[in-house]
Amino acid sequence: MRKPLRPDRVLAVAQCLALAVLALAGLGLVLVMAGGPALAIGISVALSGSGWRVAQALGVAAAGLALWACLLPAAASAIRPLATMARALSGRWCQAPIAAPYLAEPAGGGLWRPIAQLRDDPAARRDLAWMAVDGCLGGVVLLVPVVAVVAGLVVFIGSRVLPQIPPPAYPGNSTGSILIAGAALTAAGLYAAPWLLRAHGALASMLLGPAGTAELEQRVQHLSRTRTETIDAGAAEIRRIERDLHDGAQARLVAMGMTLDAAGNLIEEDPKAARALLFEARDNSAKALRELRELVRGIHPPVLADRGLPEAIKALALDTPLRIHLTSDPEQVARLSAPIESAAYFAVSELVANVTKHAQASQAWIDIRRENTMLKITVADDGRGGADPAQGSGLRGIERRLAAFDGVLAVTSPPGGPTVITVEVPCAPS
Amino acid sequence: MRAVIAEDLFLLRDGLTRMLQAHGMTVTAAVENGDDLLSAVNEERPDVAIVDVRLPPTFSDEGLRAALQARKDHPGLPILVLSQYVEQLYARELLAGGAGGIGYLLKDRVFDSAQFIDAVRRVAGGGTAMDPEVISRLLARNTGDGSLSALSPREREVLALMAEGRSNAAIAQRMVITERAVAKHTASIFAKLDLQPSNDDNRRVLAVLAYLGA
Repeated sequence: MRKPLRPDRVLAVAQCLALAVLALAGLGLVLVMAGGPALAIGISVALSGSGWRVAQALGVAAAGLALWACLLPAAASAIRPLATMARALSGRWCQAPIAAPYLAEPAGGGLWRPIAQLRDDPAARRDLAWMAVDGCLGGVVLLVPVVAVVAGLVVFIGSRVLPQIPPPAYPGNSTGSILIAGAALTAAGLYAAPWLLRAHGALASMLLGPAGTAELEQRVQHLSRTRTETIDAGAAEIRRIERDLHDGAQARLVAMGMTLDAAGNLIEEDPKAARALLFEARDNSAKALRELRELVRGIHPPVLADRGLPEAIKALALDTPLRIHLTSDPEQVARLSAPIESAAYFAVSELVANVTKHAQASQAWIDIRRENTMLKITVADDGRGGADPAQGSGLRGIERRLAAFDGVLAVTSPPGGPTVITVEVPCAPS
Repeated sequence: MRAVIAEDLFLLRDGLTRMLQAHGMTVTAAVENGDDLLSAVNEERPDVAIVDVRLPPTFSDEGLRAALQARKDHPGLPILVLSQYVEQLYARELLAGGAGGIGYLLKDRVFDSAQFIDAVRRVAGGGTAMDPEVISRLLARNTGDGSLSALSPREREVLALMAEGRSNAAIAQRMVITERAVAKHTASIFAKLDLQPSNDDNRRVLAVLAYLGA
């Protein structure tokens, strides 16, 4: 036989109570926001009806409206935290995790920001709707199991245990029937609680989750932001390459041409000097080549082009003055599409450079794997930790560049280390 | 001495051929892809094969893979690999067999024909020719470990030249010191790094490269 008094059922009743309280708080908020003007008008009408002069009544109404206007931002700013809490609790208690549906918004805005959110973000208006509905419906229905359990235990069964509690009065209220009715009420409440929680979760995810268009709007916002950043980054990169070529190889070739010309002029009268100039030109050409090589390495590393990501990172590890343990499944991460390979490579290369520069680590671990359509790279080190994307522009930069591929960067780096940074990029094999 | 060249750029292929011929070598075949290299090596049995890393049709590490295959088919076949860039990863793969007769140089090194021809002859003779850039990166990677810091700057210089595959005589000439001085330095290096001394040039080079983790 199933036991009605399972601890999770008892817990569910308590959770129903908490959610009902939250729902009623939300309802209160809605009433403050929507009811202010109605109340002010009602009061002024009532006052003028009861012998006040119209001007006096209007004055009271105006004062009421002013007070309401002052309360409004405070009430509005409570909406989002309350909705966020409802989402979190729904995920934890109702097995219905809900993603935050809000649009990203510009920083600042101050006091009127919550009002602006109501104006600009449909999700904020849906929050308000949720509070009205949940306050009327959830606030009442969720209390049913609580009332049933309390009534069953205290009023019915309690009255047979404690003489202070008067027995419920109904026809034929014998001790036996009271005990049976009490047990039935309690059991009904305990059985109903989890079921109601689930129903509440379903309602919450319908109203609090991202609506179809909200999801699209979020996506559009994300795409246009990352596109702008990608275009900017691309343009900056091209400018850097242009400058490098201009100041490097191009300048060296000009110098070489001049040196060769001078050597040509000198070759008859001073072969020795001409020879020295020719050697100088040769050295310059070697330097130009070296600079071009570095430039190419920065644009697209040769091993990456030759063999793909795992081997390129292996080559990177060999070039780093740090003991790096590399694990990867070359089969699994066989050739990915070139842009993803390149983005992942440069992310890792920058992370490794960070480790050598800042972490004071003696060794590092790099793991490359693919989980379904997700490329997952972990870079860990035994250094001093304390890496913070909010502080260093380097990590932010990596994050921004990954965002163009819907990639994300996760950093755990407590002071004292160790640091573990995970890069995840959605990928499809090319 | 008979050489086979695999290089896809006509200018370089032609230039290399002429340079080798000018130094009294015979170029028995000058091909432009990996497959042709393998058949040329099979037919000609050259004294040395000079191979570009990047070859058609894929223009990735085709040449390197052909070179490794040729070494497998003909153990001990001396191969000098040329490239626009050098990678420790590729140097490792070439040296993995532990045998000599391997060279890995930047293409820039052909600018100095005397040095380049010396490297070709060294490889053909079963020796090693590693690009200074490979070696300097190997040294940079090893500086953190401590034992290299026991070396004097002079000894580090000798170590680098030795790792490139040069003989004592060549090192002496390069550093403008006597061969005896070089021998003293090498003995000291081997003692400090706890390596087995050897009179055989080639074995000595491979020991040093292995020590550096190449």
